[in-house]
Amino acid sequence: MRFQFKTSYNQDIRLFKDRVDASWYGLLAVAVLALPLLMSDYYVGEATWVFIYAICGVSLMVLVGYTGLISLGHAAFLGIGAYAHAYFLEHGIPWVVSVVLAVALTTASGLVVGLPALRMTGIYLAIATLAFSVIIQEVFSRWESVTHGFAGMPVDKPVIFGVPFQDEASFYYLCLFFLVIVLWLTRNLLRSPTGRAWIAIRDSEIAAQSMGVNLAIYKSIAFAYSAALMGMAGALFAHKIAYLAPDIFTILLSIQFLLLVIVGGLGSLHGAVFGAIFVALLPPLIAILRDSIPASMNDAAAAMNIKVLAIVGEGIGNFLRKPGVEAGIFGLILVLVILLEPLGMYGRWVKIRVFFSTFPMYRGATFKRQKSYMRSERLR
Amino acid sequence: MSFFSVDNLSINFGGIKAVDGVTFDVGKGEVFTIIGPNGAGKTTIFNLVSRIYQPTGGKLVFDGTDITNVPPHRIAALGIARTFQNIELFEHATLLQNLLLARHAHKKSNFLSELFFLPSVRAMELEHREAVEKAIDFLDLQQYRDSFIVNLPYGVRKVTELARALCTDPKLLLLDEPSSGLNVEETEDMAFWIQDIRTLLGITVLMVEHDMSLVSAVSDRVLALNYGRPLAMGTPGEVQSHPEVIRAYLGG
Repeated sequence: MRFQFKTSYNQDIRLFKDRVDASWYGLLAVAVLALPLLMSDYYVGEATWVFIYAICGVSLMVLVGYTGLISLGHAAFLGIGAYAHAYFLEHGIPWVVSVVLAVALTTASGLVVGLPALRMTGIYLAIATLAFSVIIQEVFSRWESVTHGFAGMPVDKPVIFGVPFQDEASFYYLCLFFLVIVLWLTRNLLRSPTGRAWIAIRDSEIAAQSMGVNLAIYKSIAFAYSAALMGMAGALFAHKIAYLAPDIFTILLSIQFLLLVIVGGLGSLHGAVFGAIFVALLPPLIAILRDSIPASMNDAAAAMNIKVLAIVGEGIGNFLRKPGVEAGIFGLILVLVILLEPLGMYGRWVKIRVFFSTFPMYRGATFKRQKSYMRSERLR
Repeated sequence: MSFFSVDNLSINFGGIKAVDGVTFDVGKGEVFTIIGPNGAGKTTIFNLVSRIYQPTGGKLVFDGTDITNVPPHRIAALGIARTFQNIELFEHATLLQNLLLARHAHKKSNFLSELFFLPSVRAMELEHREAVEKAIDFLDLQQYRDSFIVNLPYGVRKVTELARALCTDPKLLLLDEPSSGLNVEETEDMAFWIQDIRTLLGITVLMVEHDMSLVSAVSDRVLALNYGRPLAMGTPGEVQSHPEVIRAYLGG
């Protein structure tokens, strides 16, 4: 068992706990940097999706996991970022400026949507943001002079300062760069007064207020910052998907982002990344399985001369090919996670780590939480 | 001019006069206690002072400034901190984060400097941490520093709330039933701490409390309320033996 001996307050502030911790992250960085050299373009492309989804995850994590506000409209922010970026590029604005403008635009729309959040919480806020996302989707399909409506809007590969990012690997590194920046900035906020104010608002608004937190300002900051990250993700999303259409940014995408943060684990940046891995890689996994399961079962059946195996394999393949299976599996996993592991994948990961680091002294009750005491509800 | 004065304070919720013409003054360095049966309006007065509620009448003056119309988030910076009857800690944060948040009123950084965690922000964080450590030492919370509040026992949470209030560097401390839910030993500790807060830190204390042994041990003056109206004011002994107060508690 490793014991961390603290001798300076800086140890609680810095990004990595100690050398061991830092070297694990270093190892991860090496693995992530080397991935395009080892994998085929298809897998590099899927990993790029993980990074884009992770930025979306951090965005929603700030709002839902840290500030305790819910949003069912984050796909709209993604869409605003994507369309704005595509529109600016179409009009010959340089890439960097275009991204900055797109982020500024989503930040502004985040502020506007955040205004009702100052008065609403829970289900009412969910409905307000849902309405916003429906309106924005309608705007995407009707405002044809800008978005080209359902005809779609092609987006070229990025060219930054004359350097083209044509192949999968270079775009992979670009997305990785933005993800690292986003994680760093968000971590900075979380370890300074702003992040603590968000957590305070999540856990007790009245106490936060009495300690000097201006609820209106910090809720607005949370909404604006979350929208800004979504706008940045949207710019990358536009390049990745290469062809924008209004029906991409639906309520289902918003729900997928919400699923991402819940499955990943609310209230941790790790959770946002874990959730992104899950949400981005589950569909291709299903796609791979629906072809490989019947094939391998068929082979096994031929080798062992058992006909039933081939029939079962074919059945599984047919089932996975049915429409709506993907959404069904997502839903099933969401239900199972909420029932069995409310802290999400990150919570499970922490448990496994604690089990090994305290082995053989792990106590089963380490993560048992006491029931909350009565709290004064009448002041809310 | 007294340090903190409440002048003819009233609030109505619909037809109910929760607080009705309450007037009192708290001198600097005093421990002033409000007692009264359930529903007498004690916590409502606290919520009026910390500006969660807007009074329908009356005036609040703190340290020479009228705070009747100050928004609630500005109260901490003026030097008024409070605890809550039913513990309002940030449960899914560590004790340290809870106490650091109490330094919010003293933050000097802006959003952009925090976004890039400039050296100035780091220096400020270290300063805040030192202030927080003083409160941790004062109330013996060292061993719980990195614990999440949800995992702490009730007694420790109560002390944590006191520590969080102290971390705001208050001049006036509002304690809403500091001994509720504590056992005899913990209540004794609380009494010593309240005395220390007054004598060592020089903080004025305004308290709502039911435990009369704690009230008589620490209070200089006591105000008894019933149905939002003041019944009696004076030393703990005087108020306890006041016929109106006995009638309010025991009936008859």
